[in-house]
Amino acid sequence: MKKKTCCLITMFLCLPALAWASELPTSQGDASALRSWKPFTADGLHDPSNPALVELQQPGEAMAMFPKDVANTGNQVDWVRALEQGVIVPRTNIFPDTHIEVLDLDIIMDQTSQMGLVRFPHKAHTQWLECSNCHDKIFKKKAGGNPVNMFAILMGEYCGRCHGAVAFPLTECRRCHSEPRRGFAGSYGAQEGAGKTYKPVMDQKPVGINQ
Amino acid sequence: MPFLFVGVLLPATPVQAEYGDVVLNRYAEKNGMRPVIYSHWFHRIRFRCKVCHSELGFEMRAGANDISMAKIIEGEYCGMCHNGEVAWSAEHCDRCHSGLPGLQTKIHGGGETSGPGVW
Repeated sequence: MKKKTCCLITMFLCLPALAWASELPTSQGDASALRSWKPFTADGLHDPSNPALVELQQPGEAMAMFPKDVANTGNQVDWVRALEQGVIVPRTNIFPDTHIEVLDLDIIMDQTSQMGLVRFPHKAHTQWLECSNCHDKIFKKKAGGNPVNMFAILMGEYCGRCHGAVAFPLTECRRCHSEPRRGFAGSYGAQEGAGKTYKPVMDQKPVGINQ
Repeated sequence: MPFLFVGVLLPATPVQAEYGDVVLNRYAEKNGMRPVIYSHWFHRIRFRCKVCHSELGFEMRAGANDISMAKIIEGEYCGMCHNGEVAWSAEHCDRCHSGLPGLQTKIHGGGETSGPGVW
């Protein structure tokens, strides 16, 4: 009970947007209809008097046609699917002799208290990132060798270097805690064979917390 | 009661930046320019993270890179691409120096930009 309360309080403090929770749609399909992007002149960040704003691509113009993520979640774009489906083709390198490596290896992390196990997919990450971006500066290359925890992540360490900043937000608990603890028969750490494949975000069914 | 919470938690003029907008203001305003707004979302459409964060050497933390116009013009940091060859050159000051006065160096993510999706 204490843990649950603590968890809820943390989420509440971190997410002023919870105040709008009652207005959230009940399914992810409905949610996509509500997607919208603030123009530069109304985002509270850009100077509306800057004459060069008209020369910049607006977020809505750039991202409205990309594979969808839930309204108000990050950029509201399923970036992994956008890349996999070839909707975007971002360059992998500037220098011609840069070695590009994509690693298909899932890691199961079991130190997740009452939450589901974390299944970390190297593939989705290395399609975007270079191994050295995380190893060994942020994560040691050893399953179980990193004291990852949600407090540190919420403070921008470990996964929080990107998630909560540029990759999907930390409100999406189940995207990482995706492996039901009950009934998991395999071993923890590095998994054999190809990594798990996922449906596009909007086709995934919302899952309950108590798994 | 919920309205009370909203009043307490939200600033008077909320920033609704796009998720991943990075404000850089270490040197800009001190030198009479608007703060820089770097749109991470715009750049990832065109380049994978590894290009800037591995090949070009940008640390993955807002404000951790000592970027100056002198370095950019010499071809470092943004100047690796913004040189008139890969992307437009550094003479278009206002495209980057586009922020409101007084913005602090930081990345706009999480609850500042969006609400929860599916928990």
